[in-house]
Amino acid sequence: MAAERAKAEPSTQIWNDPNAQPYIRIENVTKKFGDFVAVNNVSANIYRGELFALLGGSGCGKTTLLRMLAGFEQPTSGKIYIDGVDMADIPPYERPTNMMFQSYALFPHMTVEQNVAFGLNHDKTPPDQIKSRVDAILDMVQMRQFAHRKPHQLSGGQRQRVALARSLVKEPKLLLLDEPLGALDKKLREATQFEIMNIQDRLGITFIVVTHDQEEAMTLSTRIGVMNNGQIVQVGTPKEIYEYPNTKFVADFIGSVNLFEGNIVEDEPGHVLIESTEAGCPIYIDHGISAAPGAKVWVAVRPEKMKLDKTKPDDANNCAGGVVKGIAYMGNMSVYLIKLDSGKEVKVTMSNQRRAAEHAIDWDDRVYVTWHANSPVALLS
Amino acid sequence: MASDVPQQTSLPLGGQIRSILIALGFKPRTAVILVPYLWLTIFFVVPCIIILKISFAQTVIAQPPYTPMFGPESVPHDQLFDNFKRLFQDSLYYKAYLNSLNLAFFSTLICLLIGYPMAYGIARCSPSTRALLLLAIILPFWTSFLIRVYAWKSILSKEGVVNDLLLGLGIIDEPLLILYTPAAMYIGVVYTYLPFMILPLYANLEKMDLSLLEAAADLGCRPLKAFCVITIPLSLPGIIAGALLVFIPAVGEYVIPELLGGPNALMIGKVVADEFFQNRDWPMASAVAVAILIILVIPIMAFQYFQGKAQEAPK
Repeated sequence: MAAERAKAEPSTQIWNDPNAQPYIRIENVTKKFGDFVAVNNVSANIYRGELFALLGGSGCGKTTLLRMLAGFEQPTSGKIYIDGVDMADIPPYERPTNMMFQSYALFPHMTVEQNVAFGLNHDKTPPDQIKSRVDAILDMVQMRQFAHRKPHQLSGGQRQRVALARSLVKEPKLLLLDEPLGALDKKLREATQFEIMNIQDRLGITFIVVTHDQEEAMTLSTRIGVMNNGQIVQVGTPKEIYEYPNTKFVADFIGSVNLFEGNIVEDEPGHVLIESTEAGCPIYIDHGISAAPGAKVWVAVRPEKMKLDKTKPDDANNCAGGVVKGIAYMGNMSVYLIKLDSGKEVKVTMSNQRRAAEHAIDWDDRVYVTWHANSPVALLS
Repeated sequence: MASDVPQQTSLPLGGQIRSILIALGFKPRTAVILVPYLWLTIFFVVPCIIILKISFAQTVIAQPPYTPMFGPESVPHDQLFDNFKRLFQDSLYYKAYLNSLNLAFFSTLICLLIGYPMAYGIARCSPSTRALLLLAIILPFWTSFLIRVYAWKSILSKEGVVNDLLLGLGIIDEPLLILYTPAAMYIGVVYTYLPFMILPLYANLEKMDLSLLEAAADLGCRPLKAFCVITIPLSLPGIIAGALLVFIPAVGEYVIPELLGGPNALMIGKVVADEFFQNRDWPMASAVAVAILIILVIPIMAFQYFQGKAQEAPK
């Protein structure tokens, strides 16, 4: 799912460099609408050239945070710095940011060309330069041939590309994208995702993308900030977020996960042993967590990291028996719904490596779900 | 045809009427549109044709007081357009036309200048305040138009509220002459037609997508500039609708110039009334009215035609 990006390689992980200056600093920002706290004490550092995704469900405050960066909302408290400048008293029209709106907000009375040139006109760019820059950016989004159309004569995907071109043409320091690909069908969305990544590589603009689509966040971004109830609950690379979620919420929100409630029996630096009635077996994890013995934890195991066997394996740890209650065939893989002996239902995905396996697992088969000791993550909350 | 009437058996009576209508070439949809069309034909198109007919006649002392269209007493062909020729020959008429167009034009402009900020303000209010303010705009319609114009008479007269107030405050030493001047006429017309400007403008501005203004600001456009390049162009349909709703009735306005404008106000509405009631010259009154219609309708139709064309054109 997560397309590995060159930028995510350890050598270029600028956020791990203690000497690096963050390009955008969000410090303890809170935004209240009346009694409702939309953004609750959020802090984040975003570095130059990053493609940072704010990921969360609807109403989690991600769009409000984006609008505060653009200057359409003022934080109730806290500070936002872009390139070291405090943004508190800077109106939207003087900020070094451009935004691509979720609704695209194309000017309906202007042609594609006029829409794209709008920002340049207000910058007092020389007219001959405007023309060449508009043409270049329209070429890039492949909309040159529609330059003289009005927005209502375009399809949703075309409008989206015009909106992208309009926000890119000024080459802002910071580009804000609000659900940029929401209205597109799957094929076009994937193509545009790669287009955005190319643009980002080429122009070196810092991007902040708001999205509720975890797949989009995974594919596009260098880092993801997962938001819930107005707070950023975890920041990390797509891989970190997926493999090492820090809470049940993140584990559950990103991808699909099986959670087993349990208690710590042994907590050594090298391993943890967890007793779980939900799993119906002891869970052995080959890395330590720091928690008191007896503490309640949740063990998260991704469906694709689980395996199904018809015969009972030797190791009693990490092995739960159950019955197949459902199979969803998805072509490249199948999702199995297993009802464990404890009554808990888990999902297991297995890739369909052979066309018609002879000992295929079928409905109502007795199976054993197993996983490797390094697969689970123990979560304290 | 048969597939159009699948319920013929299940609905005996309705089905019968339907099949008769369809046999006559009517679709049910046409029948629905027919009612308003009939209404407009009977009460608008036919009277217009009658007036057009009378405008070609000549006045006679008879009942009705004009010559018939056909027959031995009808107007000779070479005199058919005599009434219209008089419109150009007698300065009374074209001066009245010019005065009326002038009054209508400037009243429309003043209504726009006052009405636009009001409509804009209302559209940006919270929904509950909005309803209250709209009610305040519509409220004057609950009183008769004539009574409201008479009220202005007493407000603007020498002993009226305005003069009393200004005298009382010591701003002026002797009462201003407002009533029976063009100013009084403008006040009356603007006051009366302002709601017709505000309501279509409000309907337009209220629908406007505010994210467009945010997008403009985001692209470096200051709020005042954004108002000029985004809000005003997008509210153009509202401006045009409001302007037409004010301009058209203001051209033919009779009551306001008559009551507030004094005896010297030479307006086309008054000319029609005088020709009709005092001179009993129905053909001339009709010719004046037809000319108004032509002056108003042709530019509007041309405008709509070109606007429609502009919207169709893809490039």
